[in-house]
Amino acid sequence: MNVAVIQFLGTNCEYDTKWAFELLGAKATVVWHGESKIPANTDLVVIPGGFSYGDYLRSGAIARFANVMKSVSDFAANGGKVLGICNGFQILLEAGLLPGAMKRNDTLHFISKHHHLKVINNNNTFLKELSGGDVLNIPVAHHDGNYYIDSEGLAELYANEQVLLKYCDAQGNVVSMNGAVDQIAGICNKEKNVFGLMPHPERAMQELLGSSDGVKMIQGFFK
Amino acid sequence: MKAIVNVGLKQGVLDDQGKAIHHALGTLGFKDLVKDVRVGKQIILELNSDNEVSARAEVTKMCEDLLANTVIEDYDIQIVG
Repeated sequence: MNVAVIQFLGTNCEYDTKWAFELLGAKATVVWHGESKIPANTDLVVIPGGFSYGDYLRSGAIARFANVMKSVSDFAANGGKVLGICNGFQILLEAGLLPGAMKRNDTLHFISKHHHLKVINNNNTFLKELSGGDVLNIPVAHHDGNYYIDSEGLAELYANEQVLLKYCDAQGNVVSMNGAVDQIAGICNKEKNVFGLMPHPERAMQELLGSSDGVKMIQGFFK
Repeated sequence: MKAIVNVGLKQGVLDDQGKAIHHALGTLGFKDLVKDVRVGKQIILELNSDNEVSARAEVTKMCEDLLANTVIEDYDIQIVG
């Protein structure tokens, strides 16, 4: 599998993400935002975490105008798989490739810790190696992860099985972490080829790092 | 000519920063006076134009495309000078 990991000014998770995919056998290439095209043989585009353009104006607001994003949008429109992690999720929202928007965490703090996540829907490429109700331990690190969508939009997400992950405790009880609507941590688009989540599976690839629960998430793209 | 753009969260979208400031003002003794607080940002554009109508139309485009995220934010444009 060929993975294109997009790098903007201020991205800081591109090499962790490349490492995580290569650990599972993919060939990952870091693609500079100024490129007009992603590599022709790309199977998956990952927009990694970081602080693209210093989070100026709004997190992800500037990155979506980068040269390479036109190619990413075309790739997604043709059914290509795109994963946005943390700042990548924010960029996908700003680009309109996923519905909703991010607000500042309701605590107004930057939250950086391991947190549990509950699998809500596994009827998609990303989470198919997991089961509904599974509880994962994955790090979060963000300031603007307070996911917002209006009530009609939320109803549509549920109706189309687009709500993928929620924040929960170790027992799987859904809990508030950053104020996100319905404690949503990850979603996909209606066509189920564009995925976004705030937590960082690429930082949970080995027990030595505190958890290896990210492996099963990333594996979903391999099979 | 200048365009002064005010961007803030829409009514109905919970403003956590506003809430925190409201609380802080309460502890400073302004609890009875202040009913609600909303936080926004102001973007000031110096324009090369004398035509208020076309400038407003262009700035509206800027708001829709970049300056505001209309999923959660409203914007207001004042043309001055």
